[in-house]
Amino acid sequence: MSDHQLRVSKIRNGTVIDHVRAGQALNVLAILGIDGSKGEAVSVGMNVPSDRMRRKDIVKVEGKELSQNEVDVLSLIAPEATINIVREYEVVEKQQLERPDRVVGVLSCPNRNCITNADEPVETKFEVLDDGVRCEYCETIVREDLAAHISVE
Amino acid sequence: MRHDHLITAKQLSRPDIEEVLDRAAEIDADLGAFADRREDTVLGLMFYEPSTRTKMSFETAIKRLGGDAVDMGPVDSSSVKKGESLADTARVIEGYADALVLRHPSQGAAKMVSEFVDVPLLNAGDGAGHHPTQTLLDLYTIRESSGLDGLNIGIMGDLKYGRTVHSLAHALTNFDAQQHFVSPESLKLPRSVRYDLHERGANVREHTDLDEVLPSLDVLYVTRIQRERFPDENEYHAIAGEYGIDLETLEDAKDDLTVMHPLPRVDEIASEVDDTAYAKYFEQAHNGVPVRMALLDLMLEQEEDR
Ligand SMILES: [Zn+2]
Repeated sequence: MSDHQLRVSKIRNGTVIDHVRAGQALNVLAILGIDGSKGEAVSVGMNVPSDRMRRKDIVKVEGKELSQNEVDVLSLIAPEATINIVREYEVVEKQQLERPDRVVGVLSCPNRNCITNADEPVETKFEVLDDGVRCEYCETIVREDLAAHISVE
Repeated sequence: MRHDHLITAKQLSRPDIEEVLDRAAEIDADLGAFADRREDTVLGLMFYEPSTRTKMSFETAIKRLGGDAVDMGPVDSSSVKKGESLADTARVIEGYADALVLRHPSQGAAKMVSEFVDVPLLNAGDGAGHHPTQTLLDLYTIRESSGLDGLNIGIMGDLKYGRTVHSLAHALTNFDAQQHFVSPESLKLPRSVRYDLHERGANVREHTDLDEVLPSLDVLYVTRIQRERFPDENEYHAIAGEYGIDLETLEDAKDDLTVMHPLPRVDEIASEVDDTAYAKYFEQAHNGVPVRMALLDLMLEQEEDR
């Protein structure tokens, strides 16, 4: 942990998402469905100097551990990020993101004619390609701006 | 055939295709021999958009096998209109039928339904997605007239929204076929189809001008360009005219060229072509019955084995 992290306050229990590509912090919050409305304590550092990345963003969320689905989508928009699970002020787990084979239930399909956009009891599933994702239902390939397709409840 | 459902032509291997086409040829040779093969079978027809021919050809196919069909009727008079989900409707009709045929305007509809039902499901067209049974009858027609290997095939028209084109292109990757796609710039193959063809290492070229390739073709597969795709009527007419064929166009073609079309046509193929040896589109339409009989027979046979 470098001293840069001192710029944002320590958390007691929760998740620190570090080494987020500069400018992506708000998208990370969008993936997590966090807008502060539930009273969670969230701190965001943007364009923090970093040895490894020159500039990075960092997100700390009190009282929340990420689900695998959330981690999977996160890995698509912030592949360099590291996830630290904090309990009682200690980092108990450090996870380097890995690209998953598929992401389920988190992205919405941009094809309006896709069955996942009709009122059916089905979750979206996207296959992860080298340079994008592909809807497993209508097969539409999405390469640009994945963050825009994150479906936040 | 080792598939529970037929959703996309992508799932068909060369042996799968050959098995269906061989069985269809057997049926074609002796229709009577198959007359009571599927006596106790009921096929559930779920057509969420009108398609009289595809529906009738499935209905004919199951009846010629000795079975019967139940039909949920037009969507505007059914519980669908009251807002029942497709997933629910399919689960209900599954209780009446031994196999289901689905035609739906949304892409991915058949894939979704296959996750809810246990009886064999056949995709009879899902939006701009797939239409694998059409592909099987296309391949049957091509095999009858020119064989499926060492083929130079031109596929022309609306390649962007044409699901028959997408399915055919996938299936042809199983064979030694050079595929030439001919279309206006605005109706080129979609990114997802190009991606798959590339993954399969398919031999593919794209053109905007038929003249460039016509003389080398063994098969020319023509599809309809729909007026709705163009905001401007004049633009539609200009393009439709350029991608239609008549006797004059065919002057540069090989003598044994096969001209196909999934029908219905509007004016992509002039009626003067109908009486020539090139025209195979009506035969192609007729092949729908034996090919669908073969497919149903094989899928139900496999169901019995389970
Ligand atoms: Zn989709």
